[in-house]
Amino acid sequence: MRIDRRKFLQIAGLSGIGLGLSAADGLFKGKALASGAHSLPSSGTRLAFVIDVNKIEGEDGYRRIIEACHKIHNVPNIPNTKHEVKWIWTDSYEHSFPDQPNEFLPEKIKEKPFLLLCNHCDKPPCVRVCPTKATFKNPDGIVVQDPHRCIGCRFCMAACPYGSRSFNWVDPRNYLDMKNINPDFPTRTMGVVEKCTLCPERLARGLEPACAEASNGAIVFGNLADPESEVRKILNTHYTLRRKPEIGTQPSIFYVIGGGENAG
Amino acid sequence: MLDRALKGSKTYWTLVIILLGFISAGSLAYLHQFKNGLGVTGMSRDVSWGFYISQFTFLVGVAASAVMLVIPYYLHNYKKFGRIVILGEFLAIASVTMCMTFIFVDMGQPMRILNVILHPTPNSILFWDAMVLNGYLGLNLVIGWATLHAEKKGTPPPAWSKPLIYLSIPWAVSIHTVTAFLYAGLPGRHFWLTAIMAARFLASAFAGGPALLIILALVLRKYTKFDPGREPIQSVAKIVAYAMVANVFFIILELFTAFYSNIPGHMHAFEFLYAHGNLVPLMWASSVLAVLSLILIIPPKFRENESTLILACISIFISLWIDKGFGLVIGGFVPTPFNTITEYWPTLPETIITLGVWALGFLVLTILYKVAISVREELGTAGPPK
Repeated sequence: MRIDRRKFLQIAGLSGIGLGLSAADGLFKGKALASGAHSLPSSGTRLAFVIDVNKIEGEDGYRRIIEACHKIHNVPNIPNTKHEVKWIWTDSYEHSFPDQPNEFLPEKIKEKPFLLLCNHCDKPPCVRVCPTKATFKNPDGIVVQDPHRCIGCRFCMAACPYGSRSFNWVDPRNYLDMKNINPDFPTRTMGVVEKCTLCPERLARGLEPACAEASNGAIVFGNLADPESEVRKILNTHYTLRRKPEIGTQPSIFYVIGGGENAG
Repeated sequence: MLDRALKGSKTYWTLVIILLGFISAGSLAYLHQFKNGLGVTGMSRDVSWGFYISQFTFLVGVAASAVMLVIPYYLHNYKKFGRIVILGEFLAIASVTMCMTFIFVDMGQPMRILNVILHPTPNSILFWDAMVLNGYLGLNLVIGWATLHAEKKGTPPPAWSKPLIYLSIPWAVSIHTVTAFLYAGLPGRHFWLTAIMAARFLASAFAGGPALLIILALVLRKYTKFDPGREPIQSVAKIVAYAMVANVFFIILELFTAFYSNIPGHMHAFEFLYAHGNLVPLMWASSVLAVLSLILIIPPKFRENESTLILACISIFISLWIDKGFGLVIGGFVPTPFNTITEYWPTLPETIITLGVWALGFLVLTILYKVAISVREELGTAGPPK
């Protein structure tokens, strides 16, 4: 375990150098030394989630988490799956990790729903391709989206390797109960892209992201750059998975699959 | 010179009115889309680009293909292209017009399209595509107009047009390369993530564009006094033959890498397109037409016979339109990032809008060709070269 941790920190150190070089890598993001690892800032913040899939209790647990997010963000419930808008949802292992197929997985994992959302990649392809800077990365690592600048070209949807982005194919307000929306959060207009924003509006008030708060500890939120943070403690003691790590986007959402204190 | 577009035969005006009819239908369908959102199309959360973007991609190739006439004429002094080089340049103008219109009708928020210029973002390939397309449109407008104007006055083209003509050569390559980069740089789309994408784009462009040009030249010869003569058509046919061979070869390279490596991600899109999606009949039609066209265009006996040559050119154009104007974009989205299959088929409003944009392009083309041919009729140089 200690070796793993030391290696991790070495990579983090290298990443610090990589970060210095990253000013030059505008067009070809990810060419710097840090291409294999998260570029952890030596001081500062890199926000991340660790999702322990075994700690979410049944369908109700998932529904509570999804509803918590969709309710406060005024995400419409559009029945036509071709037009649906979703920020956080569930899918099977097979669909969530298509690059890591294993037909001999335990049934328990095969049937387990996995919570999917924006990965808040360290090297986000959506940010790279956006022609108007409508989607961008905050200094704390969050990938955010400005629906007012978005021209609706959907290049980010083609670029996202995780299917995390939704386009407003129809007027979302027709599918919201406009009398019961959250007045503190904007509704969106037709023709723009949206996705999970990791709740910057809640973080600013010292609150956890809505999904983490509703998860009864199954979703742990924290700062990857802080070795003492809870996310780092879990990553040090558990084997975790990320979606499509081989394409170098460096997702900030980690999945604990083994579960239990003795796993990993 | 534009006034020549206002005087024409009955055939000319009939064509103009038919095209205006399609444009009006397309505009009405677009108003419907503008009001109700892109949900009126067949696109979805999984297949988030469809007919519009694939037409755009295909037409960038047609636009770029003008260079296949410009290089022999201006760099190699191949005088026989003197009659048709303007057809290539004006086809480029019409194609770029369609490209831009297709991009526009695909926008979720078209009123904000100037954000691309207000907030220039050099790391986005779309930003560069907008730049090179506008530049290419400008170059061809200026060059085409200046050379035709000089021809009318019986003077050589102005000296300042030469550097612009030379610049237009790499510029033509750039528009299709940059368009290929829209696709070839996305990490999660196996079908598009191929270094050969830009090369494939250029090969198919240099086959499909000149094939269309041959069709157009033969149509013009039939309905107007314009006759470029037999030889330039035959030279263009050779260019088409080489480019089509290269294009088919490149597709075989893709198939080899995908299926010999046996990597599922590389095979999936081909399996969807050719084995179990709703596009299977279309994709096979494209392949059959590609093989047929090679049989019709490689042997000199067939190529030199204009009635088989035109069949070859029509086959090539349809084959490449299916492959690039449909399969390429859809195949990139299927399977989805979740390894699932979501089918796409354009809806009626989407088809009408698409036809309207094509009609707009053909109206621009008709007007430009009318001007060029009228100028030559007045000069007495429209007929077959002596």
